[in-house]
Amino acid sequence: MKTILTVIGKDKPGIIAGVSQKLYALNINILDVSQTIMDDYFTMIMLLDLSKITVPFDEAKNTLMALGESLKVKVNVQREEIFDAMHRL
Amino acid sequence: METKQILETIKMIEEEKLDIRTITMGISLLDCIDSNGQKARDKIYAKITRLAKNLVKVGEEIAAEFGIPIINKRISVTPISLIAGASDDKDYVEFAKTLDAAAKAVGVNFIGGFSALVQKGYHKGDEILIRSIPQALAQTERVCSSVNVGSTQAGINMDAVKQMGQIIKQAAELTADNSSMACAKLVVFANAVEDNPFMAGAFHGVGEADCVINVGVSGPGVVKRALEKVKGQPFDVVAETIKKTAFKITRMGQLVGKEASERLGIEFGIVDLSLAPTPAIGDSVAHILEEMGLAMVGTHGTTAALALLNDAVKKGGVMACKHVGGLSGAFIPVSEDAGMINAVEHGALNLEKLEAMTCVCSVGLDMIAIPGDTPAETISAIIADEAAIGMINHKTTAVRIIPAVGLAVGDNIEFGGLLGHAPVMPVSKFSSFDFIQRGGHIPAPIHSFKN
Repeated sequence: MKTILTVIGKDKPGIIAGVSQKLYALNINILDVSQTIMDDYFTMIMLLDLSKITVPFDEAKNTLMALGESLKVKVNVQREEIFDAMHRL
Repeated sequence: METKQILETIKMIEEEKLDIRTITMGISLLDCIDSNGQKARDKIYAKITRLAKNLVKVGEEIAAEFGIPIINKRISVTPISLIAGASDDKDYVEFAKTLDAAAKAVGVNFIGGFSALVQKGYHKGDEILIRSIPQALAQTERVCSSVNVGSTQAGINMDAVKQMGQIIKQAAELTADNSSMACAKLVVFANAVEDNPFMAGAFHGVGEADCVINVGVSGPGVVKRALEKVKGQPFDVVAETIKKTAFKITRMGQLVGKEASERLGIEFGIVDLSLAPTPAIGDSVAHILEEMGLAMVGTHGTTAALALLNDAVKKGGVMACKHVGGLSGAFIPVSEDAGMINAVEHGALNLEKLEAMTCVCSVGLDMIAIPGDTPAETISAIIADEAAIGMINHKTTAVRIIPAVGLAVGDNIEFGGLLGHAPVMPVSKFSSFDFIQRGGHIPAPIHSFKN
């Protein structure tokens, strides 16, 4: 299952490190990363491969969202198809 | 995939309240017919709980994986008058209780189909069902009821119109201590559609497959936000903007419906393109109309604005999904829309203007509170007017009206949750009594010489 993870929030050291460490722990592979600063906000988008994930999707999502809270950024985890459906014919 | 597009989708969901309003499973009960009422009810309960047992779970899974809220999981069934009519029962309240129990067992919040289609006349089952509606809705929590009293092909059954005025009054009085809640679960239709996923008017038509998944999308907030970016521009731009936004919203409905249908192993029916408001801030159809340049919804220009909106939503949505159905347009329920409530409270919006608006939008006089002492004949006459608009204009119209027991104009009735609250609105003080007493049938209109 390919999934998009987005991280939006105030920039500070340790966001990418924190997120990628957690992904590694869950055995989630990062296929692609883009990161930029938009309107003063740190914005990172990762394309993830969840095929070898060690826990159920729900649990991984909640873990990552909780991590976002502790880093004071907003983390979203959504399947790639929702973006494809909306923006591609 | 571009960053901008990904962020746009996330923003639509998080800030602009884009959601899937409902996944509704339509279930045919035709194979549950039995001359023994109890046997029929046992079959109904067994079939609903078998087919819908995973509906809520699958809905929640999809919402979590795709990150889009799915607000309601619901069920619609074959009009019960057709099913119960074969039994010797003299009252169908027990059938409503069975539907309620099945809805609770599978965890859906509403089940629609305690319905009768009487546009041309009553059969035995219709007569008993309509008589049972007030008690059925008062004694159950999740059952929704609808009665189709007219159609373009059949005209208007004025005996049914007369009776529905009385039924609505009884339903209001039986649930007077609970905001006349029974009336919020009762819709009187003309040209009712068979695949509508939205409550309270959903039922599963006899022309439908045995079991289907229908999806209703929402997203007035997204349309409003898109129009904010084209302030002051001509209506061509407004229409284009709405079309593009409706396309995106509808794609979500198509995706979720397809996914739900695959996971449940049930045929995907239709996506209903309706813009459905909720009382939440930023989720109002009225505010879209106001964004077009009206100081307040209900003022002159509102009907034109709504006509444009309704049509552009359809045009944008039709290409975005495989099969379109249901009511597909803009809903204008008063109590469920913060902008509509505000307009009524400021005296900008009245029943007459709402009636005009129903000529160009998807449904009709919806979730409107009127004084509790309104005569049944006045309610019937309001229904007759709406049915006439539907009959002549080949469109669905509906009346979901609440005579607020003990309340007068200026008071407020609170329904809670998605049903919101409604200011009690004035009705004409002149009587329609003699008009309604005539009964009989208004013939179907001529389908030529259109002007």
